[in-house]
Amino acid sequence: MVWKSHDYDDIPGTYVFDGGRSHKPYALNKMFYSFNEAQNREEFDRDPAAYCDKYGVKGEFKAAVIAQDYLGMLRLGANIYFMAKMAVPRGVSVQDAGAQFQGITTEEFVARLLAKREEVERRIAQEKDYWNG
Amino acid sequence: MAKLVGGITTSHIPAVGNAIASGTTQEPYWKRFFDGYEPAKAWLQEANPDVVIVVYNDHGLNFFLDKVPTFALGCADHYENADEGWGLQPVAPFTGDAELSWFLAESLIEQEFDICTCQEMKVDHGFVNPLRALYGTCDPWPVKTIPLTVNTVLHPVPSAARCLKLGRALGKAIADYPEDLRVVIFGTGGMSHQLQGERAGLINVDFDLECIDNIARDPEWMTQFSNAEIMRRAGTEGIETIMWLVMRGALADEAKLIHKHYHAPISNTGAGVLVLENTAA
Repeated sequence: MVWKSHDYDDIPGTYVFDGGRSHKPYALNKMFYSFNEAQNREEFDRDPAAYCDKYGVKGEFKAAVIAQDYLGMLRLGANIYFMAKMAVPRGVSVQDAGAQFQGITTEEFVARLLAKREEVERRIAQEKDYWNG
Repeated sequence: MAKLVGGITTSHIPAVGNAIASGTTQEPYWKRFFDGYEPAKAWLQEANPDVVIVVYNDHGLNFFLDKVPTFALGCADHYENADEGWGLQPVAPFTGDAELSWFLAESLIEQEFDICTCQEMKVDHGFVNPLRALYGTCDPWPVKTIPLTVNTVLHPVPSAARCLKLGRALGKAIADYPEDLRVVIFGTGGMSHQLQGERAGLINVDFDLECIDNIARDPEWMTQFSNAEIMRRAGTEGIETIMWLVMRGALADEAKLIHKHYHAPISNTGAGVLVLENTAA
């Protein structure tokens, strides 16, 4: 038995969340989903290891959760939207996580994004049918 | 008969809700982005819809990964927003239109779009933020709303071509509805962004502008791309832009361009707005 390969598998630095990726980390993503409820977030905060056990999050998955290793969790199949339910309340924004994925600081990550703004304003100013303020 | 007055496409970035909630929309980071919504808001006020159908993807509020419908239509009298786990305060509940929803569901299934019907549905920021950006934060909301979700989270997700066809079927369904209602469709999400992986932070301004221009005048253009090709250009989360085609497909081919707006970055995302007025009878 093999997981089917896909034409998106070779996009660099990219983990397309599909059936194959979501299968093994199902319990991990299910635990993240439970964080929609405040009382579950609080229970996790009190004892992350016990909460992992309750949801059947084991082995390398559990180790990555305890270490708050977001790139590690992503590589193991965490979905970014579900993982955000763990990260953001713990002070790790999606931009902080993006910076971690790239191995740079959040300041550098945000600066690279903001560098786009000038390009955008210059481009749009040349486009007649776009709103230009 | 119901009349589809037009459509608006817009990004539904979480930070937009935070900016509105914290009253920072006129600060330098946000001003250009929000000011570009003013013509869309003016058009919407003039269009005066009774019902807005919001096409969006759920991000893990209503649907977990245990059951992931490709297309799901809210068929309830009301919809609640709720805690998504990362701090956005829930807004007031929304009033639905169950009669219209069930009419749409029947028509879509007759037209071979075998959608999932939902008599309970929590609506997340993908639904809420476009309404907040275009109406402000209201209690009660001034318009009835119907959620229509597209799976863009767990692949396989539907193709751009399929979304365009869904829009065409939706347009026919609305036109067949016997009550005199004014309807507007919001197609939300996108544009280019990638939140995950070492490629996080990708924004592709050229592709975003091509998408806005072509979705306005020649939406078939977008159907040349496979989802892999869209993700290669626009990032994994940029695949959401396919939902703009649901709105576009519902309108007449020759729909009139009212407004185009583009700004980047908002958080990690290229943010676009497109307003089209329907020209069909």
